Amino acid sequence: MKRILPFAFLALLALLPGAASAREAAPTAQDVVVEKRMVAISEELRCLVCQNESLSGSQADLAKDLRREIREQIQEGRSDQEILDFMVGRYGDFVRYRPPLKGTTLMLWFGPFALLLVGVVVLVTYLRRRNRRVAETRAALSPEEQQKIDALLGRNDAGQKP
Amino acid sequence: MNRFLLPLGIFIVLVAFLAVGLNLNPREVPSPLIGKPAPAFELPQLHKPELTFAPKDMQGKVWLLNVWASWCVSCRQEHPILVELARTGTVPIYGLNYKDGRADALRWLKQYGDPYALSIADAEGRVGIDYGVYGVPETYVIDKAGVIRFKQIGPVTQDVLEAKILPLVMELSK
Repeated sequence: MKRILPFAFLALLALLPGAASAREAAPTAQDVVVEKRMVAISEELRCLVCQNESLSGSQADLAKDLRREIREQIQEGRSDQEILDFMVGRYGDFVRYRPPLKGTTLMLWFGPFALLLVGVVVLVTYLRRRNRRVAETRAALSPEEQQKIDALLGRNDAGQKP
Repeated sequence: MNRFLLPLGIFIVLVAFLAVGLNLNPREVPSPLIGKPAPAFELPQLHKPELTFAPKDMQGKVWLLNVWASWCVSCRQEHPILVELARTGTVPIYGLNYKDGRADALRWLKQYGDPYALSIADAEGRVGIDYGVYGVPETYVIDKAGVIRFKQIGPVTQDVLEAKILPLVMELSK
């Protein structure tokens, strides 16, 4: 009996790390999932301290706290939408990089397209007007003037483009 | 003459937009909590950790909740104004000591004066998150029904105090 005891003890010791790692493996796998979701959510959110950085990339204290908050809420089984609503309820729409479409954000969403449209309209009007002016000027030229222009431009045939 | 009128008009509009836009403070994000009940919490008091404080204790009173910390540089800037306000006794100021060490906080109050009716210790910053705190100092005006009526982000200046906070407190205290 006395000789078996140390062996039994050793055998028990050998089992221990296995038992310990078996217990830890599950939470680790869980953490990867939680961490992935946390990063995905925090990339959608603005860090309010350093405003041009996302919550996921920021090292500000508040960003760390908010990441902890998101992590805990994921572990409590809240959905992504619920967590986003939690943040918006406290920090406003500004916290989101993709603000919702509503009355106050219409300009934000469609302003650039409206400006582009204005630009296109201005450009088309300008080009049309210029074409018309060129045609009118050309029509108003006397034959001598036309000859003079052709000579200056080095063209042989009147009225033909090189 | 007409040729210059349109570009001039566009230029003036642009200048107006830039003048307004560049004078806005991008740090001042409108709080969604204005007009909503102050989030509930119960935290230990800074001076007497065995006692707690909750916003519902202030039911029926107009009060200021000032978020401060000993590590916060701009807090030092607004502090004399708060001390002076506390001296007049117009409105009670409660301090939320945000993510601070107790010893540091107590030393800070001893050094610069304590304008607070009492301070509450939010060591982990969780209440701060509920109140949407992102730039200490911040100051909330809370009415008799426990609704947040105004939030000052950054230090309280004499101008803000006289133009916004005090008139609002007077109106709410009626």
